[in-house]
Amino acid sequence: MAGKTLYDKLWDDHLVKQRDDGSALIYIDRQLLHEVTSPQAFEGLRLAGRKPWRIDANIATPDHNVPTTDRDRGVEGIVDPVSRIQVETLDKNCDEFGILEFKIKDQRQGIVHVIGPEQGATLPGMSIVCGDSHTSTHGAFGCLAHGIGTSEVEHVLATQCLVQQKMKNMLVKVNGKLGPGVTGKDVVLAIIGKIGTAGGTGHAIEFGGEAIRGLSMEGRMTICNMSIEAGARVGMVAVDDTTIEYVRNRPFGPKGGQWDAAVEYWRTLHSDSDAVFDKVVELEGSEIQPQVSWGTSPEMVAGIDGKVPDPEQEADPIKREGIVRALKYMGLQPNMAITDIKLDRVFIGSCTNSRIEDLREAAAVVKGRKVSPILKQAMVVPGSGLVKAQAEQEGLDKIFIEAGLEWRDPGCSMCLAMNADKLGQGEHCASTSNRNFEGRQGFGGRTHLVSPAMAAAAAVTGHFVDVRELMN
Amino acid sequence: MRALKQHQGVVAPMDRSNVDTDMIIPKQFLKSIKRTGFGPNLFDELRYMDEGKPDQDCSTRPINPDFVLNQDRYKNASVLLARRNFGCGSSREHAPWALEDFGFRVIIAPSFADIFYNNCFKNGLLPIILPEEIVDRLFREVEQSEGYQLAVDLEARTVTTPSGETFTFEVDDFRRHCLLNGLDDIGVTLEDAELIRSYEDSRRKTAPWLFGAGR
Repeated sequence: MAGKTLYDKLWDDHLVKQRDDGSALIYIDRQLLHEVTSPQAFEGLRLAGRKPWRIDANIATPDHNVPTTDRDRGVEGIVDPVSRIQVETLDKNCDEFGILEFKIKDQRQGIVHVIGPEQGATLPGMSIVCGDSHTSTHGAFGCLAHGIGTSEVEHVLATQCLVQQKMKNMLVKVNGKLGPGVTGKDVVLAIIGKIGTAGGTGHAIEFGGEAIRGLSMEGRMTICNMSIEAGARVGMVAVDDTTIEYVRNRPFGPKGGQWDAAVEYWRTLHSDSDAVFDKVVELEGSEIQPQVSWGTSPEMVAGIDGKVPDPEQEADPIKREGIVRALKYMGLQPNMAITDIKLDRVFIGSCTNSRIEDLREAAAVVKGRKVSPILKQAMVVPGSGLVKAQAEQEGLDKIFIEAGLEWRDPGCSMCLAMNADKLGQGEHCASTSNRNFEGRQGFGGRTHLVSPAMAAAAAVTGHFVDVRELMN
Repeated sequence: MRALKQHQGVVAPMDRSNVDTDMIIPKQFLKSIKRTGFGPNLFDELRYMDEGKPDQDCSTRPINPDFVLNQDRYKNASVLLARRNFGCGSSREHAPWALEDFGFRVIIAPSFADIFYNNCFKNGLLPIILPEEIVDRLFREVEQSEGYQLAVDLEARTVTTPSGETFTFEVDDFRRHCLLNGLDDIGVTLEDAELIRSYEDSRRKTAPWLFGAGR
């Protein structure tokens, strides 16, 4: 019998019941809650007269709607009344049901996918869900983590389980070493460019290979975060020393004798050498260039030395139509150089790239330089209050402010523009977020997905530039 | 949840691939704390010429006459014909809520994004996967004949065209059972409460660090 994949092991460890009809009950160790996808779930519980099954499995924080300025005023500082009601509703629901919440003025508040790992509320081997598709982020810790809808948020609150069908196994292997200036973001954009936005549909992806092993936890989180942009709800990386060192001494992690027992278990969280995958894709790390998205789907990417594609060269009629539509929306011409795309704004933040390492990489590029006068705005939004504090301790805030970038308070911000941070119609933005869909960052806004270092390079030049040219 | 056994209705063609959930229901409407009332804002940025706001009266907004759902022949559609990877992106259940609130009961496409596909079944909405060549043909037939309808039978797992041609589709048994009967699947899961408790007890022994964090 063939060995097990990491996904097989995580599945087996959380299997409560295999039903005859092919569905299974899977136990959920941790649910993260935020204000946008939870109000209807709490309301559903109330209407049915149900109580949460296990209160201590849940942790909540507001992130999507929170403003990134004037945070001293707390909830009162949310200008949009509809947004304010949503945040107040989360506070009320958590108070009513006794769920731990990092409220808007708590220094531990931040983007759910940043605070889980930061607090040790994300631990290897856990099953983790959240009403947010970027929950795949937590798979970087060898977790079974994925996004769910609001009905399932309610289901997990009420039963601590989910009804699931087992997915297929997919391995994405990135061989060799990455070049200088090439980050986890470039790796995942290159992967999506290769396999497409539906390349991982129906699969749980494990990311492996020397290049992945060589990444920090931040880099791995960035890659797992965007698994969903490749169609896979679940992305994972096997546990190794890097994982265990990151988890050590986190507030909610195991203590004392439990630590050793946990580490012993965590060491088993990797695919067996004879495990069989349904699908395997390989990339050479040394061939990956810094990436820039030119279109309205995350698969529409090119290397920084590349060009905007010519639809005439695309054989598949559906894809050709997609390119034509994307170029029209983005206001770009076929065959123009990526470096000729001019920008209006730069956004460094989001659950993909707002951790301390991301901010360090961006700061290293802008240090001693100035934001291009062509830009209307360049902003940095740290992923959590603690990331912000750490960055300030390292003096990164001063580097950004001196260069002319805005230094904001934590939240999802311009990744999806539910708060006041958004693009104007027709504006081009170099963004470290995860989606370049039409209207995502603001009505008529044009998003280009890049790494923090590439966004920083774009901020000081006003157009896309190979960050390696700015590095010593 | 509303049950769905059989359904027959007018088909609207949504002729673009990778329709994402931001497109189905833009973020500003996600600020609602209700699960109803999203229908007027379904495909908001494609449907109207201006930028939509929550709680706005949509009847006076400038509409995009080229958009499929603004054409008279598709206004009462309840079956949406779509392209590859429909529903990709965010996990927002507001997407199926908006489709259902508009009046759709069935969506047919060559492929769906996983989370969206799953969310549909929780809301009385049936996503059907048919091979791309059949979907291509249905697109041609819909465009050629006004008032084109399809008949769907979930029990028999079939889609039938006006000419009587029938295609079968796959759907897993549990989801089908819940949708056929309009079941609350939390209730079904709680029938196994004892099993969940005993799993939890054994996990508390083998991995005690997983308990007690969130208070």
